[in-house]
Amino acid sequence: MESDIRLMKGNEALAHAMIRYGADGYFGYPITPQSEVLETLEAEMPWESTGMVVLQAESEVAAVNMVYAGAGAGKAVCTSSSSPGMSLMQEGISFIAAAELPALLINCMRGGPGLGTIQPSQADYFQATKGGGHGDYRLITLAPSSVQEMCDFVALGWDLAFKYRTPAMILADGTVGQMMEKVILPEPRRRRTEEELREQCPWAVTGKKNRKRNIITSLELNAPAMEVINNNLQAKYKRIEENEVRCEALNTEDCEYLIVAFGSMARICEKAMELARKQGLNVGLLRPITLWPFPAKAIEQAARKAKGILVVELSAGQMIEDVKLAVNCQVDTRHYGRMGGMIPTPDEILGVLKEMFVK
Amino acid sequence: MAKVKGAVVVNIERCKGCDLCAVACPLGVLELQPREVNNRGYHYAYVKNADKCIGCQSCALVCPDGCITVYRVQE
Amino acid sequence: MNMKQEDIIKPENCVYRKPSLLTDENMHYCPGCSHGVVHKLIAEIIEEMGMEDKTVGVSPVGCAVFAYNYIDIDWIQAAHGRAPSVATALKRLNPENLIFTYQGDGDLAAIGTCETIHAANRGENIAIIFINNAIYGMTGGQMAPTTLLGMKTSTTPYGRRADLNGHPLVMAPLMAQLDGTCYVTRQSVHTPAAVRKAKAAIRKAFENSMAGKGTSMVEIVSTCNSGWKLTPAQSNEWLVENMFKKYPLGDLKNE
Repeated sequence: MESDIRLMKGNEALAHAMIRYGADGYFGYPITPQSEVLETLEAEMPWESTGMVVLQAESEVAAVNMVYAGAGAGKAVCTSSSSPGMSLMQEGISFIAAAELPALLINCMRGGPGLGTIQPSQADYFQATKGGGHGDYRLITLAPSSVQEMCDFVALGWDLAFKYRTPAMILADGTVGQMMEKVILPEPRRRRTEEELREQCPWAVTGKKNRKRNIITSLELNAPAMEVINNNLQAKYKRIEENEVRCEALNTEDCEYLIVAFGSMARICEKAMELARKQGLNVGLLRPITLWPFPAKAIEQAARKAKGILVVELSAGQMIEDVKLAVNCQVDTRHYGRMGGMIPTPDEILGVLKEMFVK
Repeated sequence: MAKVKGAVVVNIERCKGCDLCAVACPLGVLELQPREVNNRGYHYAYVKNADKCIGCQSCALVCPDGCITVYRVQE
Repeated sequence: MNMKQEDIIKPENCVYRKPSLLTDENMHYCPGCSHGVVHKLIAEIIEEMGMEDKTVGVSPVGCAVFAYNYIDIDWIQAAHGRAPSVATALKRLNPENLIFTYQGDGDLAAIGTCETIHAANRGENIAIIFINNAIYGMTGGQMAPTTLLGMKTSTTPYGRRADLNGHPLVMAPLMAQLDGTCYVTRQSVHTPAAVRKAKAAIRKAFENSMAGKGTSMVEIVSTCNSGWKLTPAQSNEWLVENMFKKYPLGDLKNE
């Protein structure tokens, strides 16, 4: 069968990928620069084709709690937002993680802090990878750098979320959400039947037909029991760290200088790397695809012979902390970042690299 | 006319001694134990005047803890 | 002829017993708390409707957070105030399920006012059980949005003042004027007759939900004798004398 190739925005690709995954529900609230997700879903009317529920909620707070409920019912449900909206969702995300529910969350990051700007940013790295909400929990965090990955990570995110019963987040920057590229859309899958869902998610609240009742809660006032719950969560996070690290390495074998960047910045850094290599500089690029679990081992390996690491982010320097930990501060690790919606050019990055390390 | 007779049984261990059953009873059938307490320390309700009960269920309806079972026969 | 007790106490003569959907777990509520009666009614109604295998309850934050321990059905516990959002998604994703929220005045009328009004305005096919006892019970008797003027609570120790604390928020008329609601009623459980009426109201709300008629809200004007610092019996008297004046019983909307 011929593949379904389209030209579209990253945000539109997310919506099409959801429908084709066999998603059960999407609950969202408009915010620039990700409103195309809800707009595309409303225009596609998947409730008539697949039965997928699409709802514009009254707030991000309501939307994330609808996702909590949908995930509690064992459904493949999703919400998307951009930075300020994602901040509003943090309580709900903590509940989803604590109740061990599978959900897909998408943050198409814009510049902050505060209302900030609608231009792209990567300054929610800490929020996504270090918790964001209250308590000890983690989010599987996927960072797409192309429209194709926006599409593909919908399925990957949900698959991982269901595999580990934990929320997964696509942490995209505004650039990836807004830019148009060629994308190959996946084969449509049908939604799970009620029987399949009950078999896959015996814990879901769907009515206690033919089983004992299920209760979804994150409350436990008994301290020893609550510690056990926390320990079990941490054990699960350890399994995820052992099994689900993803990254892309370009020219990192024996590289002299290593650039680490994710999302749209990795695309620009790839060009900077090409320019550098043309000038005879042995520069490699490591692009974390999972920001949590973080590809610490891969970075440590790639940097073994490096004289310096340049971490490039659309932020004041957040991922650099994890890179420094990965190399145990044994390699000179510097940061270059732009903020406020400014995006560095490949030449700019190469210039910074040369100034910092080559001299 | 047939005379209605009732009887109530209190689950004394579930009872919290709130007294609402005794207040709701139109015939003074129930009362709280003035001295004795159950395992949880409550002065539980007990049937003081069994022969007055007409099985009207008033006590059971207002009982917040579902402690009361009501029986009723027509003599 | 005087019948002996043992002649009356026979299974075939039983006219009232704890509903089987109410679990044997001792409820954590204070003695005389209205929550227990309402839990009992919900359990009875689900049983009588034969919906025990198709019902999902949404428990709030507040005293009733543990409602899931007491009624033997599927439950999901919602973040503070978000029960109507949770119920919205459950019902839309599984329309064959009976979905109800169980919320206190803080949950429904303070932190969750937005979710409550919008779920009702969308006409979600859910039933909202609203326990209004004019106080925050779980956290120790603080002012609720529905606390009456002059009423003493731990955060209005000299009585609620309109100039300092604002006015009691009256939710039922707000809900009744929304096009999405089909049934808005105020009930209480302070007398046997009131309990019977409240049961009929909750049953109607549940039936509306399954008939797809829109959102129903049953407000139970309740007591919190611990928070009010009265005995359960005194609380019922205070309820009639004070609460019913601001929150009069009866149907506000029945379509």
